Amino acid sequence: MINKIAASVAEALADVRDGATVLIGGFGTAGIPGELIDGLIAQGARDLTVVNNNAGNGDTGLAALLATGRVRKIICSFPRQADSHVFDGLYRAGRIELELVPQGNLAERLRAAGAGIGAFFTPTGFGTELARRPDGSPKETRRIDGRDHVLEYPIHGDVALIRAERGDRWGNLTYRQAARNFGPVMAMAARCTVASVHEVLELGQLDPEAVVTPGIFVRRVVRVPRVATAAGGFRSVG
Amino acid sequence: MGASVSSYQRRSKDELARRVARDIPDGAYVNLGIGQPTAVANHIPPGREIILHSENGILGMGPAPAAGQEDYDLINAGKQPVTLRPGGAFFHHADSFAMMRGGHLDVCVLGAFQVSVTGDLANWSTGEPGTIPAVGGAMDLAVGARQTWVMMDLLTKTGESKIVARCTYPLTAIGCVRRIYTDLASFECTPRGLRLIDHVDGLALEELQRLVGQPISA
Repeated sequence: MINKIAASVAEALADVRDGATVLIGGFGTAGIPGELIDGLIAQGARDLTVVNNNAGNGDTGLAALLATGRVRKIICSFPRQADSHVFDGLYRAGRIELELVPQGNLAERLRAAGAGIGAFFTPTGFGTELARRPDGSPKETRRIDGRDHVLEYPIHGDVALIRAERGDRWGNLTYRQAARNFGPVMAMAARCTVASVHEVLELGQLDPEAVVTPGIFVRRVVRVPRVATAAGGFRSVG
Repeated sequence: MGASVSSYQRRSKDELARRVARDIPDGAYVNLGIGQPTAVANHIPPGREIILHSENGILGMGPAPAAGQEDYDLINAGKQPVTLRPGGAFFHHADSFAMMRGGHLDVCVLGAFQVSVTGDLANWSTGEPGTIPAVGGAMDLAVGARQTWVMMDLLTKTGESKIVARCTYPLTAIGCVRRIYTDLASFECTPRGLRLIDHVDGLALEELQRLVGQPISA
């Protein structure tokens, strides 16, 4: 019998290895898998590469993970925010490596990883500083149909931590509103995707027409309670 | 400049937003950048139906909710709570950026540090040493939308034109800006340089040309 439901966050994350690339979903207050990030902190894996749109806010969640010093590198589009002081301090002290990626390239590089695409050409970033690799060398470019493109490579994850809304034991997932954001593409891009959900349903109870992430992209599902916090996304939901 | 008797008023922020909104056609799919462009949504002329896109996976984005009605799963790219209009839809990030990158958005309106007369855009980094770079979706929007418009003050706080022959700040994209809406005038960027669309009352063309410091064709 297939049963992807993990009994706890700790069980779901037990085998995250040192040196892993961890894709972490979420954008702003929506879709951040806070319980899974806390679980990763407790689990203790180090020398991680983290992929997220941002680089942590305040002192909790991703910022708390960064503060442990266990993240070697972050790949993101928008690290600088009003309350990104944990990342700012580490970056200025030279204690974390940053690969800055245009947000659309981030999403498409993840999608490409999930879809088995070896690399792709895109006009985004052509002629800019971000058409260079982190070591400063120029990325490959090509003129296609009269337009200049940059070659971009996929981002594969060892693990993806995503927050969904409902799931079942086959790993089928639905999301809530704009909390969907990076979840579906990160689920595709990682070898082991762990999704937190607020409800676990019996097989067949999720409308198959409405499943957003089919279970083939998901390894583990763990139920976490809905937290009624201002930043948690569920304050006004009955 | 003693001889010129230019007497004019700058467009206020609201007037500038209204000026941009006036040019957005009925039925357009539009992405409004973070900051000043967001205000354009408040000035869409009555009777026009515009569908707003937010890069974090929303089409049909509505205004901010009433106090107490915020839902933090429903936010815009600036991470502020918004609402969804009837008919709106949610989708994941790769689809959302495919809407930009695949040329499906009709218009995006962005702020800028500098725009060149041929439409090069610099709006993501001042390149100052020591600042932490952050790009977000700026580069995708700039190259992907069918038309990229910039709205900004024409002059910096120290009086220098933000419209330049060549951008000195790090580029967001090359030759992507179609129109520039400013507090003093609106322009079209063409391969041959700036073309004037309109200007505020009382501002003489010579005075505008002096402020911009670049050739302007009428």
